[in-house]
Amino acid sequence: MSSLSIQHLLGLQNVPKEDIALILDSTDSFLEILERPIKKVPTLQGKTVVNLFFENSTRTRISFELAERRLSADVVNFAASSSSVKKGETLLDTARNIEAMKVDMVVMRHSAAGAGHFLSERCTSKFINAGDGAHEHPTQALLDMCTIRQKHGTLEGLNVCIIGDIAHSRVARSNIYGLLSMGANVAVCGPPSMFPYDLEKLGVRMFTDIDQALQFSDVINVLRIQLERDAGAAFPSLREYHNAFGITRRRLDALGRDITVLHPGPINRGVEIESEVADGPYSVILPQVTNGVAIRMAVLFLIGTRAE
Amino acid sequence: MASFVFKNAHIVDPVSGLDTVKDIHVTDDVIAGIGDNLSPAGADVIDLAGAHIVPGLCDMHVHFREPGFEHKEDIRSGAASAAAGGFTAAACMPNTDPVIDTASVVAFIYDRAKGLPVDVYPIAAITKGRKGESIAPMVELREAGAVGFSDDGSPVHNTKLLRTALEYGSMFDVPIIQHAEDPHLFTGGAMNESVVSTELGLPAISRLSEDAVVARDLMFTEYVGGRYHLAHMSTIGAAEAVRSAKARGLKVTSEVAPHHFSLTDEEVRSYDSNVKMNPPLRRMDDVIAMKEALKDGTADAIATDHAPHAGFEKEVEFVYAPFGIIGLETAVGLSVTELLLENWLTLPQLVEKLSTNPRRILGLPEIRIAEGAKANLSFLDISAQWKVDVNLFQSKSRNSPYHGRTLTGRALGIYNNGQLVLQR
Repeated sequence: MSSLSIQHLLGLQNVPKEDIALILDSTDSFLEILERPIKKVPTLQGKTVVNLFFENSTRTRISFELAERRLSADVVNFAASSSSVKKGETLLDTARNIEAMKVDMVVMRHSAAGAGHFLSERCTSKFINAGDGAHEHPTQALLDMCTIRQKHGTLEGLNVCIIGDIAHSRVARSNIYGLLSMGANVAVCGPPSMFPYDLEKLGVRMFTDIDQALQFSDVINVLRIQLERDAGAAFPSLREYHNAFGITRRRLDALGRDITVLHPGPINRGVEIESEVADGPYSVILPQVTNGVAIRMAVLFLIGTRAE
Repeated sequence: MASFVFKNAHIVDPVSGLDTVKDIHVTDDVIAGIGDNLSPAGADVIDLAGAHIVPGLCDMHVHFREPGFEHKEDIRSGAASAAAGGFTAAACMPNTDPVIDTASVVAFIYDRAKGLPVDVYPIAAITKGRKGESIAPMVELREAGAVGFSDDGSPVHNTKLLRTALEYGSMFDVPIIQHAEDPHLFTGGAMNESVVSTELGLPAISRLSEDAVVARDLMFTEYVGGRYHLAHMSTIGAAEAVRSAKARGLKVTSEVAPHHFSLTDEEVRSYDSNVKMNPPLRRMDDVIAMKEALKDGTADAIATDHAPHAGFEKEVEFVYAPFGIIGLETAVGLSVTELLLENWLTLPQLVEKLSTNPRRILGLPEIRIAEGAKANLSFLDISAQWKVDVNLFQSKSRNSPYHGRTLTGRALGIYNNGQLVLQR
């Protein structure tokens, strides 16, 4: 098996297409492991992985932890709420202290864009970004691409539309970078107040009409509307958002053809997506979650066993 | 008695029109003679062949952090940094603790700077505590020696207060210096808004934030009069607004920081917090607009916005890092490299931007290189190539994005207040 050119997985921007393809291709064998009665291989035995989570996360952290344990890594969980961060320690000091305990890999989630980039240049561990601010969430985009490939056989030439708050979404950015480099056509849809500045320069189409966006799309990736964010600033109400951009069964049925619906979760039923869609035939939301564990096993394996 | 002869240097003084190779003899703080082959008895001879002597440079926008934040910089270390950068004067901003909003803090600054080779002039706050609520006692502050008024670091955003400040401030011949930024557009921003901020997912500060406030402020200046100075101008829009205001005859001046004519927001891709400042690094078209503004006189001064921060404060996640970089010790190199060598400015014009104009804006005495005048001189080697090494800086802080960069042109030293400071 060939190996990755990248040393860390900080994002998908500027990651060679061959690396993305290698991760996606490797995932199949890990999916097979997940179907076994004993879901564990000794691949990362003796390696120590720290899950450094400075932001709340349930699903991503569990997904990473399961992936690490199924590869037989020693796993340490660090949550900011229970840490020295509250005592005013800097990120760099926290990381260096943990590293002094001899760890091999760090999986990090942080509210600041570039936090992984910052640490990877100052530490010796290998870093996997589990989400940094509004920057990137590469393993989410990889599992999205893996799920799309499962259903469509390829990413090349597919029309994929990301719907929602693009400006604040790390999932959107990683998907845009990954999908474009794998040859998909990428669009976004939402109110223009949720598009970041000069977004079109990234090579994506922009829709503000949800039905036109659906016409374009083979696949839609529906972003969570962050209720906890100051959402009122970018759109007037959840009701208006749902009416204008919500994914409903009626809208999808009106297409008269198949369409694939992804959602990175957790979903707000009745806001960005109707229950009938989330639980219905177009949805691949639960396969995404399963693929997430396999993708993270692939990433941990490829980064963790990469020769220096 | 100090007595020196500076031999064989090329003297450039846009005020007296001097542009010639001569010797200068100084005794204490007076120019005793200018001529050929001067050799007065008892004078120390400093050979400056190949170098330029210009009127002492003045940085009208620095943060010396004293009182309150002496771990970043203090007046002594700030003055040493200024001297190393070829400056004989610096005007320090009032975002200290306590804020420079009473006569006693103004007096404290002058007291701390006493006896230094660099003149340090306090700029006082426009509003009490820089809180933007009510104007500071400007008469008292001006009488104590404040050379300008600014809430720098924060804008005066309240339009009523801005009007009052311009009107009240028009009693004095010193400027109201605005940090132009719309707080509603700014919220949480860490870099310029552009395709780069979109790619990096960093919260962004749009050019609108500066443009809108400058446009508004100039309307007010036109309506009520007063002297308005735009600090750290960084956008095409602000430059165009100032240009048109000057054409209409308003009493408006502006300054540009070296980083805004030498770096773009592409630098932020490194997530290095030493490229984080406010206003942020903009796009290349803004950088070119700043050079054009300096060339056509829209921008009167080059001012560094020297903003020291300790390493532990800067070496954090980009969004959490404080704004600002130090600039005194790279200003000459960047000005020569980016403006002189690229033919945007001639050397006399560069001296105007770095000495004559900032002094005029702040109402400071004019510096002339002439017999009997005060000896206030900067020594420059405009052809020296050197590699920036922050570890050799005189500043207490190291937060410069230019570390490792090769520049052309550097300061060799200064002579002011009867004191010679030479770089070696």
